[in-house]
Amino acid sequence: MQIPHEVTARPDTGLYNAKLGIWLFLASEVMLFGGLFSAYIFLRMGAEDGYWPRGLLNVPVGALNTAILIASSVTVVLAWASLKMRKFSQYKLWMGISIICGAIFLIVKLAYEWPQKFDHFGAFIKQSELAQYEPYLGNAYLKEKGLPPRVEISGHLHGVEITAEPAGKEKLDAFLQDHHLKMEAGHDAAHPGVQLVTGKHLKPGTVEQLEKVPGVKLVAFEVALDPINAEPTNPESDKPHFWYKGATEKIGKIEREDVETWSAFAPKHSSYFAVYFTITGLHGLHVLAGVLIMIYLWLPIAGGANMFKRNPEHLANRVEVVGLFWHFVDLVWIFVFPIFYLL
Amino acid sequence: MSESHDHPKEVATTDSHASAAHADHAHHDMHLGLYLGVGGFLLFATVVTVWLSFVDFGSHAANWIVAMAVATVKVGFVAAIFMHLKGEKWMIWKFLLFTVFFCAGLFLLTLFHYADPIFGTSYTTH
Repeated sequence: MQIPHEVTARPDTGLYNAKLGIWLFLASEVMLFGGLFSAYIFLRMGAEDGYWPRGLLNVPVGALNTAILIASSVTVVLAWASLKMRKFSQYKLWMGISIICGAIFLIVKLAYEWPQKFDHFGAFIKQSELAQYEPYLGNAYLKEKGLPPRVEISGHLHGVEITAEPAGKEKLDAFLQDHHLKMEAGHDAAHPGVQLVTGKHLKPGTVEQLEKVPGVKLVAFEVALDPINAEPTNPESDKPHFWYKGATEKIGKIEREDVETWSAFAPKHSSYFAVYFTITGLHGLHVLAGVLIMIYLWLPIAGGANMFKRNPEHLANRVEVVGLFWHFVDLVWIFVFPIFYLL
Repeated sequence: MSESHDHPKEVATTDSHASAAHADHAHHDMHLGLYLGVGGFLLFATVVTVWLSFVDFGSHAANWIVAMAVATVKVGFVAAIFMHLKGEKWMIWKFLLFTVFFCAGLFLLTLFHYADPIFGTSYTTH
């Protein structure tokens, strides 16, 4: 079937059909992302002091990804201009660079930023027990300075203390072996039944599974503290930093019964991470879609780059349409970056 | 919007019509510098965004306003230049004006939370 007005303008709209179509689609996309951003506003305004984390994302990496998306917006518009000038090899070059930029963006997000969050541990302390953890929280100091209190202790899991019923020993041993974990008994003289589980592969997700092993009860977490909890009264920790600082060597101990909720920096951690993963996830899917369409238009196939010989103007229009979509994806990220990484 | 930005494609080009392609050539050569210039400005504005977020404007709300103002300027350039909204057909502007209106409505709805707080939106009350 021949779709009309793919090159020439429709007389009544003054536009070729695909252009009208993409703009209507983008209008609906504005409402889709608008809904999620207004959800963000609701959640953030409703969050009590100290319950909206700041400074947990890596600013230089986020800024780098912003720059990559902006650069790809430039190259995709140059790809389109190359086609309008009928310069095919330039088109292939600019489109190729756009595809690579989109792919780098996704790799940084999926292979670096997100996995780091899934390995990080955070525990929100019960209101009634906050005073007990003052050495890690520094709330008296923060109050004096007029800053919001801290309610969470975070870092990398170093070990977990558990008690285990003898009946479940076999399953526990199998679990520890499967996950390359070690267990030492008698590490706490006062509580001989308490055993310490440690290992390089001890992540919050592993502990969630460990807790499900029959007879196992979590007693305490040993955490290699983030700088903010290692030195809570250091003025350096008052505000988020440009350079991301990983967990320190200092180990802090948190009793399980003093913890309100604990998890990785995953969606269930807090409203902040829930809305962060929702918006950046949906945005990432858009980047993926854009990359796939650009690859299609770059490849020497009938609907892609091979159209150049048959009908270059039609190919230019296709590139203009994917370009409009791509600029929209860039535009959303221009808001995402300051909202989640900086503010 | 009044700038003449009429590509031959808006009129009639079924294939590589020689003279149309030639006219186009000159037209887009002029714009290449503009695209690169806007790209450079956007990269610079990203650095400015990061820098401003570490400047104390007196309150966190003030930092929000500054950051959103810079982001809006950046987005304005992307839409006007890269997406060719500058000089685009009135019909597309009409769609977008409706979208802006309804999206603003969506954001204004969040103000209701002052009048009727939603229980369970904060971490402590979930």
